[in-house]
Amino acid sequence: MQELSVRHLLGIKDITREDIQLIFETADNFKDVLNRPIKKVPSLRDITIANVFFENSTRTRLSFELAEKRLSADIINFSSSSSSVKKGETLLDTVNNILAMKVDMIVMRHSSPGAPHFLSRHIPANIVNAGDGTHEHPTQALLDTFSIREKYGEVAGKKVVIIGDILHSRVALSNIFALQKLGADVMVCGPVTLLPKYIKELGVKVELNVRKALEWCDVANVLRIQLERQQMKYFPSLREYSLYYGIDKKMLDSLNKEITLMHPGPINRGVELTSDAADSHHSIILNQVENGVAIRMAVLYLLASKK
Amino acid sequence: MQKRLIVNHQLLEIMVKRLCHQLIESHGDFSNSVILGLQPRGIYVAERVQNTLATIIGKSVPTGFLDTTFHRDDFRRRETPLTANATSIDFVIEDKNVILVDDVLYTGRSVRAAMDAMIAYGRPAKVELLVLIDRLYTRHLPIEPTYVGRRVNSLQSQRVLVEWQDHEKAEDSIWLINKSEE
Repeated sequence: MQELSVRHLLGIKDITREDIQLIFETADNFKDVLNRPIKKVPSLRDITIANVFFENSTRTRLSFELAEKRLSADIINFSSSSSSVKKGETLLDTVNNILAMKVDMIVMRHSSPGAPHFLSRHIPANIVNAGDGTHEHPTQALLDTFSIREKYGEVAGKKVVIIGDILHSRVALSNIFALQKLGADVMVCGPVTLLPKYIKELGVKVELNVRKALEWCDVANVLRIQLERQQMKYFPSLREYSLYYGIDKKMLDSLNKEITLMHPGPINRGVELTSDAADSHHSIILNQVENGVAIRMAVLYLLASKK
Repeated sequence: MQKRLIVNHQLLEIMVKRLCHQLIESHGDFSNSVILGLQPRGIYVAERVQNTLATIIGKSVPTGFLDTTFHRDDFRRRETPLTANATSIDFVIEDKNVILVDDVLYTGRSVRAAMDAMIAYGRPAKVELLVLIDRLYTRHLPIEPTYVGRRVNSLQSQRVLVEWQDHEKAEDSIWLINKSEE
């Protein structure tokens, strides 16, 4: 019987290739559950999960919530905008108060990198990182690589380019770790101001020209420009960004091969992707969302089965 | 090591044939019946029953595999985590006569989980249970098989093992083993 090597899912960096494979195999079974007439299993019926979101989220939060409900867990939701955090309570106090209500698992999103790692050293519950600042977003990387595996059969040997705001993106970092652990070839592409200075040390290729990047790759994972995290101007204007790094249907059609287009959402239509590209047959963006629920069910199930 | 052969391959063949004839008695031409093998080991029995029925009645009865992992009642209560297997049911079970198939019936808990898992696919008209080995006086739940290969008296410290030739074993056989000596 296999089990995960970790008690918490804090980042892809901390887990092994075998862990990822186990999560994928379990997610295959949950995807099957999600296609039944009754999309629910009783596995986590004695578990309570708190979704603690210190930062805004739609997709991730709904996806986690649905995954928890499909596993029959009891859930409580917490968002910082309507809570005592505004009154000056510390993170640890807030979470300890939640735990005093006998909660077994915490799904947390926080704007500070390392916040879930800090929590994991101080509290007994299992923690799932749903995004910590610009650091990691492990379940997103798992569902992205799971979607690639679903489309191509395997991830190993595939050429994947991550395009856009690499500097501020937790999705990019988690994806790089996950893709490398699974044996894919990874490239990043974006304006030089939005590429981290030492990105090459992670063993990825760097390309500044989006057309060359698309010609090289099998899969393009396009990221959103995270204006909310940018304290200064990294490029002259959105219009200029879109002119040099935006992808449209015409560009996709002019490539000499079929590539797959992914996006972790939310899409800024007309900036990184035009509508005709986002809605084209190249895109597996909605498959990613569907797979998100199965992947999160697998993560929660596997963590819960570790006592 | 005490490993006692309780059914050899000739007896096992006769046993499966007899079970198939019993199935034919109550299901006729199987026009409204389906077979569900329980993962992980009941699927081999289900395949064998399907093949034997095909040679007798000349048609293939729809057969699927049902995984019960997510419906088990010992999740988080046992030492080792449970690994899920594939469920593959490419037919509708609504209003069908379902024959659940497993190799060994012991506490009855897997069968309870299987019935829960099965209900997620629809409401069958009738559900029956076929097992090769029924371990007597070991039930934790009020569950009894409809078709039985053989009833066996066994101790809690023992395990019944069914081996299949087409699944990496020398020949079809059923063994009684002492758990401590495995």
